[in-house]
Amino acid sequence: MTSGSTTPALGPRERAQRWASGFRKRETWAAYAFIAPWIFGFLVFTSGPMVASFILSLTDYSIIEQTSYVGRDNYSELIHDPKVRKALANTLIFTVMLVPATMIVALGLAMILLRVGRAGGFFRTVFYLPQMTPPVAVAILFLLFFNGSFGVINRGLELLGLPGPFWTTDPSWVKPGLVIMSVWSVGGTMVIYLAALKSVPQQLYEAAAMDGASSWRRFRDVTLPMISSALFFTFIILTISGLQAFTEAYTAFFGLGSESYSSEAALFYVIYLFRQAFEFFRMGYASALAWLLFVVIMVVTLIQTKLSKRFVFYYGDKK
Amino acid sequence: MPSKTASATAAPAPPLGRQRRGWPRPQGTLATRGLFFAVLLGLSVLFIYPFVWAISASLKPREHVFDNRLIPEVWQPSNYTEVWDIAPVLTWFLNSVYIGVLAAATVTISSAIVAFGFAYFRFPGRNALFGLVLATMMLPAAVTMIPVYLIWNELGLVNTQYPLWVMNLFGSAFYIFLLRQFFLGIPRELFEAARMDGDNFFTMFWRIAMPLAKPALVVAFIFELQASWNDLMRPLIYLRDDALFTLPLGLKTILDSFGQGGGGEGDYQIIIAALVISTIPMIVIFALFQRYFLEGIATSGRKG
Repeated sequence: MTSGSTTPALGPRERAQRWASGFRKRETWAAYAFIAPWIFGFLVFTSGPMVASFILSLTDYSIIEQTSYVGRDNYSELIHDPKVRKALANTLIFTVMLVPATMIVALGLAMILLRVGRAGGFFRTVFYLPQMTPPVAVAILFLLFFNGSFGVINRGLELLGLPGPFWTTDPSWVKPGLVIMSVWSVGGTMVIYLAALKSVPQQLYEAAAMDGASSWRRFRDVTLPMISSALFFTFIILTISGLQAFTEAYTAFFGLGSESYSSEAALFYVIYLFRQAFEFFRMGYASALAWLLFVVIMVVTLIQTKLSKRFVFYYGDKK
Repeated sequence: MPSKTASATAAPAPPLGRQRRGWPRPQGTLATRGLFFAVLLGLSVLFIYPFVWAISASLKPREHVFDNRLIPEVWQPSNYTEVWDIAPVLTWFLNSVYIGVLAAATVTISSAIVAFGFAYFRFPGRNALFGLVLATMMLPAAVTMIPVYLIWNELGLVNTQYPLWVMNLFGSAFYIFLLRQFFLGIPRELFEAARMDGDNFFTMFWRIAMPLAKPALVVAFIFELQASWNDLMRPLIYLRDDALFTLPLGLKTILDSFGQGGGGEGDYQIIIAALVISTIPMIVIFALFQRYFLEGIATSGRKG
């Protein structure tokens, strides 16, 4: 807002008055008319439900049976629920593998793309295409390709003389398999890196080369700092979406009758929450689970943001 | 709103179309360039292989699906007619198109209206409210999922398709952010001139701002179309009758009843045919709007 840069400092009272006087203008009312749809949606579908969700988390609400207030019971239950621990661990392990794998593959692809001139445009399209595949379809391809006995992945490994694991049934291989399949749709992240790499001023490389910097030094001391804000941005986005992973694992391992003992290894947090809410109708408990997820995501993002202050370099002045 | 991931800590985002579009000239000797080219070709094969495999497997008889030949030994295109027969795939397809177009059109227009409010006007509360818009992007969908379901339940609209698009009438944070950036890039004089010509705020928005924002509107439309087309969780929550299903839910149903898990006999050729049917429309959309997808992602930082 325009709160005076040239005018002498106003007291809080004057500031409040000036602020409120804005409401006498016709423009202000027009502006509120424009943003009214969002305000309505925010109240009805976001903030209202947030409050409701918190209240629900203190009850044993189930739609079907009578509801009563249970205080902190849901929260103490989820601390002791071994499945919550399992689901949280699964989700964290998956995310910890997914995020670096995606970032490294995306950056590698983007850097090679920039070295082949105009042909890069064609290859960019090719690498982006998997991103257009619906996640349910990706999950089915995962089941087919990674099948232990007749999947094409293990056939390929066989040719190399390597024994392939039972990706879809061996609990210790389920998550790596899902990560590999997810890396197939790395295209979006790659496009972000491409844009960042293209905006690195060419003179920096020339100057570095003149100083005799090796290509590794140029990568470490020019490229990485110059694209660090894009790296950080995707780091956060990928982490948040990893922590909320649902569709691929649910499609491949849950649902009508398709459950097996390997499902446990693919029980991600949101899947557990979803099943508690909409399969077992334990909506109070599921609401408590949702708030725990919210806290986990907030804490992780906060740590990442703190870390970024040390690693992200902003070229020129950042407003 | 669910199925969107973007962050309030967005990287500096130039308005659409202002980034450098060209490719740097290739460097290095012919040999290294050739090497990079070969590496890219090899990787392309890896990325394209699943598509080719799936299309070819969808045309094979059941016992040949896993022979991994890229050209079927025995052609069986009847898988495609069979999949229409055993499941209402055409209905699901049309449902997906209907919901997708409706969801995309409503969210694009409503977000544009809200974005214009934030971009053009100066008014008390603007920065705080816009901060709130950005903050909602950080909220996991799971937190509001249950109460929102209860609202629809209260309205008696569970097991209808309304919950899959009606909330889009109220704008969505990511698109509001994207479109506001775009509107901010339009020279203010154009609006002042329109005001002189007697336009009111709304006609000015509709006649001047909207046509100029076409590229950003297309980006919002196709992103939401794809998000709606891909969504599995909300159809799982809200739809019961299979006549209302969308393609992802239908595909999941086919997988459960024909795969080996749910007592099916492993009729994978049918499942793969359905998979191809659900993927091709998105490939076509990408072919038509490639530029918008790539620039939309590069400038807004949205990851698919």
